[in-house]
Amino acid sequence: MTTEEIMAVAQGKAPNETFVLNLGPQHPATHGVLRVKLTMDGEYITRAEPVPGYIHRMQEKMGENRTWAQYLPNTSRIDYLSAMAYTHGYVGAVERAAGIQVPPRAEYVRVITSELNRISSHLVWFGAFLLDLGGFTPLLYAFDDREKILDLLEGITGSRLTYSYYRFGGLYNDVDEDFLGGTREFVAQMRPRLGMYRTLVTENIILRKRLEGIGVITPEQCRKYGATGPVIRGSGIAYDVRKVEPYSVYADFEFDIPVFPEGDSMARYLVRMEEMGQSLRIIEQALAKLPDGPVMAEKVPRVLKPPAGDYCYAVEAARGRFAVLVVSDNKEMAYRIKLRTPSFSNLSLFEEVSQGMMLPDALALMGSLDLVIPDIDR
Amino acid sequence: MSLTLQQLQAHLGGLVFAPPEPAAAAAGPPTSPERSSPPESEAVPSSAATAPEPDGVRLVDYASRGVHLEVRTPASQVVAAAELLDREGFALDAVTGVDWIAQGEMEVIYDYFHPTAPWRVAVRSRIPRDHPQVPTISAVFPGANWHERETHDFFGIRFLGHPDLTPLLLPEDADFHPLKKDFAV
Repeated sequence: MTTEEIMAVAQGKAPNETFVLNLGPQHPATHGVLRVKLTMDGEYITRAEPVPGYIHRMQEKMGENRTWAQYLPNTSRIDYLSAMAYTHGYVGAVERAAGIQVPPRAEYVRVITSELNRISSHLVWFGAFLLDLGGFTPLLYAFDDREKILDLLEGITGSRLTYSYYRFGGLYNDVDEDFLGGTREFVAQMRPRLGMYRTLVTENIILRKRLEGIGVITPEQCRKYGATGPVIRGSGIAYDVRKVEPYSVYADFEFDIPVFPEGDSMARYLVRMEEMGQSLRIIEQALAKLPDGPVMAEKVPRVLKPPAGDYCYAVEAARGRFAVLVVSDNKEMAYRIKLRTPSFSNLSLFEEVSQGMMLPDALALMGSLDLVIPDIDR
Repeated sequence: MSLTLQQLQAHLGGLVFAPPEPAAAAAGPPTSPERSSPPESEAVPSSAATAPEPDGVRLVDYASRGVHLEVRTPASQVVAAAELLDREGFALDAVTGVDWIAQGEMEVIYDYFHPTAPWRVAVRSRIPRDHPQVPTISAVFPGANWHERETHDFFGIRFLGHPDLTPLLLPEDADFHPLKKDFAV
């Protein structure tokens, strides 16, 4: 700096220039290895360019080098917080390709476990998001509840996160009375907890001041960027794959799609909080209606060779629309597997929406997108 | 939504078979005379199983395929298709590719979903494998920016007019395209 510049700063006439700030790849607010290259004008963002790819594993190439069944464990490792939905998307695509009919009991158990997993995923988001905003305590409560879900799922799958519980044509094994009883107990316990979160956290004035009107995403932006899940529903569009393209047995249940039209971070927060209650409703109905019978289709060949062609299957994961596109050439390995992940599309609008925001507000926006980095990088 | 799926099919059909507009044709891939015949290889899949269908717009069985409408179009028409679907309120699902090494072709797939109607549309275009170029749709759908960058990473398909084709998921100095079928693991 020259003497004149130093004098100018001392007199409060700072030169008007921007600087580049690296947020990440290691930063607590990015919840994983995501780098955001920020061009800052003081406290304000002029450009925020996300730089993903730090934990890219080429999941799609892996799909071309192992048999259809050998790829199953990979599907739990894309979005490790809602692994059930991802396995569901993959087995759904392969079942569609091979024309496998899944017994009703297996589909009901899939719905129960997927919805439990959605709640556990939202609870991680809830705790971590409030941690980002400076509130430490909610995380401890959220993880307390989540622990109960993980215990239940561990009992039937053997894993606490990477379940790989579904098989082509059904499930790895049937659920036991411990799981069913434990899940009923959990639903009864969780309802008052959601009420407690509402009074203690949602109505907290500090939280509202941090989130209301911050990071407004328009429905048009959601459409142009393909944003889905709580992001599009927080912008007033009732898009949910479970309703729009009903898969599995979701058509058998009564549940609402929470929609908030404001488009701000608070709206996305409220969507997820309401969704947990709706998931409890679905679980309750599925437990009541759970049919008896096998959990595995008969005559699923040990070595699958789906007929040549391309097949798509979409599910509503915790973060939005997850679609699997498989191309088969009638061999024991896939010709191509494309994973359309929600975090990828949801993050792609960050650059446009964060323009002109203050950095702490942009972090609130990023937290409200509920990113899982392996889901972006694959 | 007043439009029916059949109306949309007719709408898109007119687009695919209409002569390309001069601007779209200029942006499309040049028909290179040096386009080589497909490489002969034993390891590649049988062409019978994967023969491309002719251009056109087809209603397909959603229950067995997961898509309602399938559009096969020349590369010069993908932008026009994107503009039409944009006007009808579709949202961009994904852009991806498939390497058909036996036919010497690359396929670019544009998936769309509708935020308020239960429709899925897949727009597909085949381009020569040794000269993979297709116009970008990122001016129509800004979300395509990242999807096209990723497809360029994985397949080396060039999206003409794209603002920035530097690697997105691969390392910044990557000069390889791992989803090409001749890329050894």
